[in-house]
Amino acid sequence: MQNNNNKLIDKFTRDEYKYGFYTDIQTDTASKGLSEDTVRFIWAKKKEPDFMLDFRLKAFRHWQKMKEPTWAHIKYNPIDYQDMIYYAAPRKKPQYENLDQVDPELLETFNKLGIPLEEQKQLAGIAVDAVMDSVSITTTYKKKLAEKGIIFSSFSEALQNHPELVREHIASVVPYTDNFFAALNSAVFSDGSFVYIPKGVKCPIELSTYFRINAANTGQFERTLIVAGEDSYVSYLEGCTAPMRSENQLHAAVVEIIAQKNAEVKYSTVQNWWPGDKKGKGGVFNFVTKRGICKGDNAKISWTQVETGSAITWKYPSLILKGNNTTGEFFSVAVTNNMQQADTGTKMIHLGKNSRSTIISKGISAGNSNNSYRGLVKMSKEAANSRNFSQCDSLLLGNRSGAHTFPYIDVQNKSSVAEHEATTSKISEDQLFYCLQRGIDMENAIGLIVNGYAKDVLNKLPMEFAVEAQNLLSVSLEGSVG
Amino acid sequence: MLSIKNLKVSIEDKLILKGLNLEVKEGEIHAIMGPNGTGKSTLAWVIAGRNDFTVEQGEVTYMGKNLLDIPPEARSKEGIFLGFQYPVEIPGVSMTNFMRTAINEKRKHLDLKPLSGAEFLKLMEEKKKLVKIQSKLTDRSVNEGFSGGEKKKNEIFQMALLEPKLAILDETDSGLDIDALKVVANGVNMLRRKDNATIIITHYQRLLDYIIPDFVHVLFDGMIVKSGGKELAFELEEKGYEWIKNKSE
Repeated sequence: MQNNNNKLIDKFTRDEYKYGFYTDIQTDTASKGLSEDTVRFIWAKKKEPDFMLDFRLKAFRHWQKMKEPTWAHIKYNPIDYQDMIYYAAPRKKPQYENLDQVDPELLETFNKLGIPLEEQKQLAGIAVDAVMDSVSITTTYKKKLAEKGIIFSSFSEALQNHPELVREHIASVVPYTDNFFAALNSAVFSDGSFVYIPKGVKCPIELSTYFRINAANTGQFERTLIVAGEDSYVSYLEGCTAPMRSENQLHAAVVEIIAQKNAEVKYSTVQNWWPGDKKGKGGVFNFVTKRGICKGDNAKISWTQVETGSAITWKYPSLILKGNNTTGEFFSVAVTNNMQQADTGTKMIHLGKNSRSTIISKGISAGNSNNSYRGLVKMSKEAANSRNFSQCDSLLLGNRSGAHTFPYIDVQNKSSVAEHEATTSKISEDQLFYCLQRGIDMENAIGLIVNGYAKDVLNKLPMEFAVEAQNLLSVSLEGSVG
Repeated sequence: MLSIKNLKVSIEDKLILKGLNLEVKEGEIHAIMGPNGTGKSTLAWVIAGRNDFTVEQGEVTYMGKNLLDIPPEARSKEGIFLGFQYPVEIPGVSMTNFMRTAINEKRKHLDLKPLSGAEFLKLMEEKKKLVKIQSKLTDRSVNEGFSGGEKKKNEIFQMALLEPKLAILDETDSGLDIDALKVVANGVNMLRRKDNATIIITHYQRLLDYIIPDFVHVLFDGMIVKSGGKELAFELEEKGYEWIKNKSE
């Protein structure tokens, strides 16, 4: 039966060649539009195991039957899914030879963020000296990780080297049927990251700190899968504070985290995709599905996010607290300026007894932007003695921005408690003048005040990330007052 | 150092200062007294550069420059300090971070190297001793949850760190118990030098028991109606502001 299937798949894929779907083997780019052919093209290009074609096609067929969600507090022109290219091999050649050729405004921003010069070069796409090349560092750490049995690789590599492990866990937290964008991602995702921490292992480094530059060129449909075995620990960092320009307007990533009994996963992310110009033209649409499951008893997962980029952010990192005594945390700072729109928040689904969750969300809106918190806290009948504490604060700059909070609370048992606190405030003229009088200019004053406001969340970030994130908040709000 | 000539200032079309004159020289302490609502705080804010006022007429010269052309943060870096009547709370921003930013902005302006974290902490400890602040104010967020007295002491502490040429203390003594009042007065006296000046705005004579002014001015209805030495303060205390009111009518 399996054999027969393979033959069929083979036939189909070969058939595509016959119809000239990609006549030029040399090109690394799919033709425009989305069909089963596109899905097969991607699967073939990536030389994935057979089960992936089945998975991708099922996802695609399901996606075709779905409608784009409209419930979020965001507005945008309809996306033409046939007017996009779904696969392009990442560019390998450096774009420039030295920093003088790079947009000075971009370099200025790098400097404000405090990004080291060698990293700036890599981010801007400049050829780097062999000595400073991060590849050598990467190799050193990979070796160290391998000794402990930790797998940390691209999704494609994982599918080649550990297909059974991927097969066991992929879509187990976010099934392709989950939502429109998750289905799309499942059908066409090009690459991403895979992490596996074996039982009893504490990962000795913050994963991806040393690798983030390599991740800078990841595609528009990313997929991340993190599996933490029993009694293991890992802290994972994704994203980058540097502004990321993208040729693709639509980004739809999926992140899945699985924490087994007694495992702890910390996932931190900084998102700074191109937000478009001041009138809102261009800019990335970021529709992301992130979900984790505390599968075994005493497991713990934390999401920490700093969202400053993208024209549209649609993102709800969520947790299923399945085991007893599990802990879920969500710490978020979302900044919107100019015409940016963010609809972000979390879902905490309590299924296990004595499960705990904490939500701290800090929204900052400036310019003509709109910033919404949307959250669900659900406690099932079985989740006795569960607790949730939510705090959702909004800070407004100027008179034209909007802040909205949409909390949903659903408690189905009598012994559980959910608490929700919300505040909305503005940066006052008095606060600004107080700073000015002490010789701190407007830009620095806003930076200080906003960072003070977001401190509770920024403190949760790993150290080296936190400093850059603080600078990022100031830079994102430049020119928003006065 | 500071020269104010015929200053007329309005807020929302209402004239508050109606032709005010004041000369402050290096090494001097001036006290400006007067009943509520006569323009004392307005004067402080105009010197510091708050922008919700309209200067209708007159000139303000500071160290030979037209002060009104200089933005507020630059005035601060040039040595003007305002001790606020109502110090503002900035949640989540530590005093250390706030003052280190302020000091380093000023040092940048003066072409000096920024202070490192350790250097700044050392400086902070010195200044705490100088103005006799033992509490842990500096470990907290700017003015957040401070009592009235703590806020005012904190203003004096900031003044000690920034070492202004011209300090204006706007009702720094109001609402203080006697111990806090002594801390404030001690701070001003300790920081007094031949090359700096202080303007103390106050409603009561009380603070002047601890800080001896060189000049006392009475501000009434937007103008300085009477100037004199420290004995004027006692006269005011004795006779009350009614005395001035009747005289000026």
